[in-house]
Amino acid sequence: MRILVVEDDKDVAGFVVRGLREAGHVVEHADNGRDGLFMAASETFDAVILDRMLPGGIDGLRLLETLRGQQNTVPVLILSALAEVDDRVRGLKAGGDDYLTKPFAFSELLARVEALARRGKGEGPVTKLTVADLEMDLLSRQVKRAGQKIDLQPREFRLLEYLMRHAGQVVTRTMLLEGVWDYHFDPQTNVIDVHVSRLRQKVDKPFASPLIHTVRNAGYMLRPETA
Amino acid sequence: MNDAPVAVEQPSEQAAPERRRRVYFLNSAGVRFAAIYTGLLAISAGALAMFLWWATAGLLDRQVETAIRLDARSLAERWEEGGLPALVLTIEDRLAGNVDDDAIYLLVNAQMQPVAGNLGQWPTPVQRTDGWYELQVQRAGIRSLARVHRYELPNGYHLLVGRDVRTRAQLRQLLTDALLWAMLVVAVMATVGGLVVRSLFRRTLANVSATASAIAAGDFAQRVKLSGRGDEFDQIAEMINDMLDRIGRLMDGVRQVSNAIAHDLRTPITRARTRLEDAALHAETAPELRAAIERATTDLDGIVAVFHALLRIAEIEAGSRRSAFARLDLTPLLGAVAELYDAVAEDKGVRLAIDVPENLVTCGDRELIQQAVANLVDNAVKFSPPGATVRIQAMMTGTGPSITISDQGPGIPLTDRSRATERFFRGETARSTPGAGLGLALVQAVAQLHGGELRLSDGGPGLVASLSIPAPDERRIDGNPGVSSSAVQRP
Repeated sequence: MRILVVEDDKDVAGFVVRGLREAGHVVEHADNGRDGLFMAASETFDAVILDRMLPGGIDGLRLLETLRGQQNTVPVLILSALAEVDDRVRGLKAGGDDYLTKPFAFSELLARVEALARRGKGEGPVTKLTVADLEMDLLSRQVKRAGQKIDLQPREFRLLEYLMRHAGQVVTRTMLLEGVWDYHFDPQTNVIDVHVSRLRQKVDKPFASPLIHTVRNAGYMLRPETA
Repeated sequence: MNDAPVAVEQPSEQAAPERRRRVYFLNSAGVRFAAIYTGLLAISAGALAMFLWWATAGLLDRQVETAIRLDARSLAERWEEGGLPALVLTIEDRLAGNVDDDAIYLLVNAQMQPVAGNLGQWPTPVQRTDGWYELQVQRAGIRSLARVHRYELPNGYHLLVGRDVRTRAQLRQLLTDALLWAMLVVAVMATVGGLVVRSLFRRTLANVSATASAIAAGDFAQRVKLSGRGDEFDQIAEMINDMLDRIGRLMDGVRQVSNAIAHDLRTPITRARTRLEDAALHAETAPELRAAIERATTDLDGIVAVFHALLRIAEIEAGSRRSAFARLDLTPLLGAVAELYDAVAEDKGVRLAIDVPENLVTCGDRELIQQAVANLVDNAVKFSPPGATVRIQAMMTGTGPSITISDQGPGIPLTDRSRATERFFRGETARSTPGAGLGLALVQAVAQLHGGELRLSDGGPGLVASLSIPAPDERRIDGNPGVSSSAVQRP
């Protein structure tokens, strides 16, 4: 995937660019708002990682608003040290697709950017999700694995749906909290782990190969064993 | 009248306040008040003098005029009854019977020659019949002041009727003198009074300004002295003192928090630093090094989380989140929190019981209430022994929804309860469980932002935490189910 990183802090930018390249992405970097806007507007990217406070007269939000004003719908993840709830709301209102506050874990950034870039592909509305022998019918709200029906609570269904929609990608605990529970804060106890382990009991335990994998220091990933 | 320096002035802060003190004379509020006082006193004294004048001298004038008019009328009647001889006779009678010797009559014929009366000749200025004349007259060799009026009689006769007003003039002179002296006395008194008012004013303010200066210089223990009279100045002083007390408490709070931050973050930072240094010095293999770095990163993440929580509490306390207030139904919100923690509780062998009525509609910030309730439930589950029950209850009270979360854990001893909502406070019983001691502080801040309160009480055994979220009236009456707080999945 082609990803543009607009970030003025050399250390952070270097770290992000290196990490993304290691993950197999093609990365371009701009260290000020003007260059960032020029690159984002003139080239095609799968996702943009945008710092809010940038030198060069154009800050992150201005850049984003200008970009959206040109009908450019590239998915944008805002990376910012401004952590107040209102800041996040302002960032999302300006056209951001996701908001991550500094300091951040790289695994979180990678997971979110990949999720965004994939979402940008837009396959249209789906009614059925399939990963290996696991099938989910979104209309009848039924889940089957290897032809065998699995009974899920509504929230477990939502959790599995989220994992299946992001199959093959790392999904972090905060992404699950935001995406499944719509909570934008960190509960002190690791509630997500418990919910995932419950889901495993139903989806993985009775079957030969597990589908839900734990990714160390990052989160979870739903993928076929062979992948 | 130069502005004297305020007596309470302190030598240490001469430079800047000096300029402030040299208030230009006319700009001084004290002088202004004194001038107003003087002016009011002068106006009222003047009004009083004018009234006195009107009531005495004026009254005398009017009495004289009435007497002259009556006199003239009766003389005219005499003329009509008996003609000239009767009139002459009457005038002579009157003059003879005039004990006070103040009556003046003069009857002249068409050639202006005197016929009767006590004046030697017609006074030349008296020509008109429609006005009063006050003039010098020569009467029996004595010059005197008279007030006269001219009347016309048939056959060309003219009649002058008047009164000697010498005594009245003397009285008027006396009165005028007295009033002038009185005005002088009033002016002196007004000036003195004005000065007194001004100095009173200054002294009262000096008390306040001395306190303010002392506080500005860093002595926060200073308070405005009360006179004990309970007057307006005392009320202001009390208000200022209350304000200072509140500021003092806030400053103590800030100091406490910054101390706590410095102290409580030192431990994890030290730990992370030690790990890294230890790894740099002693790690033999790459995996060892990596493991140490990972542990240090986890420690740093913990520190970041504490900072995040602190900032969030500060953000809530600053009240900036009020913009996100909206109508909301707490019933699904509580259900969602219970659902989130149900699995964790079950893993611990704790039963999570929820008893919440429908339509707990209020107005607030969904995200914050969610987090507050989650913190309370998190605590309750964390401190519950296996086999215990955590209850989430809610009810609609007169003022709005009240949420109660009770556990059967160790509870919080009475002595710690009031401090439990302080940042970083951790009771003895909480030492062994993970956490930074910020959970209840956040709940408290959320409650206060919503105008509600967090009450901690003894559940015997366990802790009962009640969180009230008052609902504005118009929102409570309208009974529609509120904004659904169930999770909205992102596409």
